[in-house]
Amino acid sequence: MTGRSLAEKVWDEPVIHRQDGEPDLLYVDLHLVHEVTSPQAFEGLRLAGRAVRRPDLTLATADHNIPTVLGRPIADQVAARQIDALTRNCAEFGIRLYPMGDARQGIVHVIGPQLGLSQPGMVIVCGDSHTSTHGALGAIAFGIGTSDVEHVLATQTIPRARPKTMAVTIDGAAPADVSAKDIILGIIARIGTGGGTGHIIEYRGHAIRSLSMEGRMTVCNMSIEAGARAGMIAPDDTTFAYLEGRPYAPSGADRERAIDHWRGLATDPDAAFDREVRIDGAQLRPYVTWGTNPAQAVAIDGRVPDPDAFDGPAAQESARRALTYMDLRAGTAMRDIAVDSVFLGSCTNGRIEDLRAAASVLRGRRVRAGLRALAVPGSMAVKAQAEAEGLDRVFTDAGFEWRSAGCSMCLGMNDDVAAPGERVASTSNRNFEGRQGPGARTHLVSPAVAAATAIAGHLASPADLS
Amino acid sequence: MRAVSRVTGRALPLDRANVDTDQIIPSDWLKRIERTGYGAGLFSAWCLDPSFVMNDPRFDGASVLVTGANFGCGSSREHAAWALEDRGFRAIIAPSFADIFRSNCLAVGLVLAELPDADVGRILAAVRAEPATPVTVDVEHRVVEVPALDYRGPFLIDESTRARLLAGHDEIDLSLAHDSEIAAYEARRPHWLPRVASTGPASGSSPRSRPAAS
Ligand code: SF4
Repeated sequence: MTGRSLAEKVWDEPVIHRQDGEPDLLYVDLHLVHEVTSPQAFEGLRLAGRAVRRPDLTLATADHNIPTVLGRPIADQVAARQIDALTRNCAEFGIRLYPMGDARQGIVHVIGPQLGLSQPGMVIVCGDSHTSTHGALGAIAFGIGTSDVEHVLATQTIPRARPKTMAVTIDGAAPADVSAKDIILGIIARIGTGGGTGHIIEYRGHAIRSLSMEGRMTVCNMSIEAGARAGMIAPDDTTFAYLEGRPYAPSGADRERAIDHWRGLATDPDAAFDREVRIDGAQLRPYVTWGTNPAQAVAIDGRVPDPDAFDGPAAQESARRALTYMDLRAGTAMRDIAVDSVFLGSCTNGRIEDLRAAASVLRGRRVRAGLRALAVPGSMAVKAQAEAEGLDRVFTDAGFEWRSAGCSMCLGMNDDVAAPGERVASTSNRNFEGRQGPGARTHLVSPAVAAATAIAGHLASPADLS
Repeated sequence: MRAVSRVTGRALPLDRANVDTDQIIPSDWLKRIERTGYGAGLFSAWCLDPSFVMNDPRFDGASVLVTGANFGCGSSREHAAWALEDRGFRAIIAPSFADIFRSNCLAVGLVLAELPDADVGRILAAVRAEPATPVTVDVEHRVVEVPALDYRGPFLIDESTRARLLAGHDEIDLSLAHDSEIAAYEARRPHWLPRVASTGPASGSSPRSRPAAS
């Protein structure tokens, strides 16, 4: 008998019903809810006279729409109505909500792990594609649409066909200046935006195992940018140490029993994957995107590629469109691209280690004159931690704006919008056309590159600063 | 969801790969709490360009969208499916679709027909040359038909998706039919799994949730 992979072990456990030719009916251990993708789901429950089956397995927070300046009212009445709807819906259906201003509020994918709610072996869903983040702890975590949000609220289950499995192995160690963000940008550049479609990716290998928990979250976060249904990493001592003492993590004898169970979730040595990709860690570099999807990336030492060099007319056309939108010319050195603003934050890179990495570059330096720089912690707890470490001073002394938690300029649903034509170096996860504001141009980068870029005024790595 | 067995109509040729849901419906539209009215937001940023195909009146009233690989990638916003539906689209033909978009379309009753690259290319060319070309997506028989091209090609669709489209079930009812299995699973879940501390009912209102089963 052949062994099973991590994904298969975690998937098979909560199957409520399995029938040939039908999707599996999976039990959901944790359902995270935010303001944008839930109002129509609650309205659906009301219309059908249905209740929320497990409010105790459901947690809501406001993150996408809200201002990141505390006390600033929501100027947009449509957005304000959405925040009100979340508050009313949570009260009516008995769901715990961390609203704007609450010490536990934050981006939904930052607070789940932080509270210890996201644990190995769980099934976690949220009406948000970056739910894949929680896979860093060895959970199966995936994004769902609003009809599915309603379905989970009503039944605590979700019907899904079991995905195929894919192993992405990074052999050997990555160079010291290569961060978790660079690892995942390198992976996506290699396999493409549709490279993981239909699959759960398990990230493996030395370079992955050596990452901190937060680095693993950055990697799993962007699984969806490779089209994957989910991304995950086998739980190990790093995972167990991370969970220890967190409010919702098991403690005492429960912790021992949980760890026994979690250790068994590793992929068996004789397990087979539907697809395997191996990448040499030593070849990885800090990456920067030049185009309008996350796979359109090159090493920061590289140049804007020539569209004609791509394989096939579709890729060539898409590169041509991207260069037009980004207002870039083939052959330009990435380091010669000047930016107007820098955004440090998001569920990809808004955690304490990301802020520390950026602050270590910024300490004693000043942001390039005329450049706008925003530091937005991923949660209020991250913000408090950073302030306790004095990082807020490092940011403000350098000329960054220091904000409260939220999605902010990752998608520009609040006031933090980039203007048409504005060029942003951003630690977020999507460089789609208009993502940070209509006509805005996004270059995805790591926190260290974002900080160096803010100082230099053009795309730069910390080593470039004198 | 609405049952659908066959879609026939004019087609909109959108010859781009990796069209993400931020393009299908920009985030500005995501602040609304309604379930309808997203049609005006469909590809609204691209519509600012007068040469964008959707601005060509010859394609007005199209019910089939023909497009490139990995359509619907990116965000999980079901608003993308709602916008397409609201604008009158009932089926999409492409070489491949993104996973979350696929389940959102099923929830809405929007048919996704996956055809080989070359076939999609032929249909795109035919529709561009003659916008009135009728295209049929037949869920019952799993085929796409373009009589003007003498084309009849089977498309990939899994059996459960096909059955759900044809029947138009309420998915929640289907799952609730397994209520006793759900309760049995709840009873045997490890007790150390996390449970969110409750807020209790807001003053003056009673929560509509029922007490936890385990
Ligand atoms: S930070 Fe960006 S990617 Fe993450 S949940 Fe918020 S909007 Fe989505």
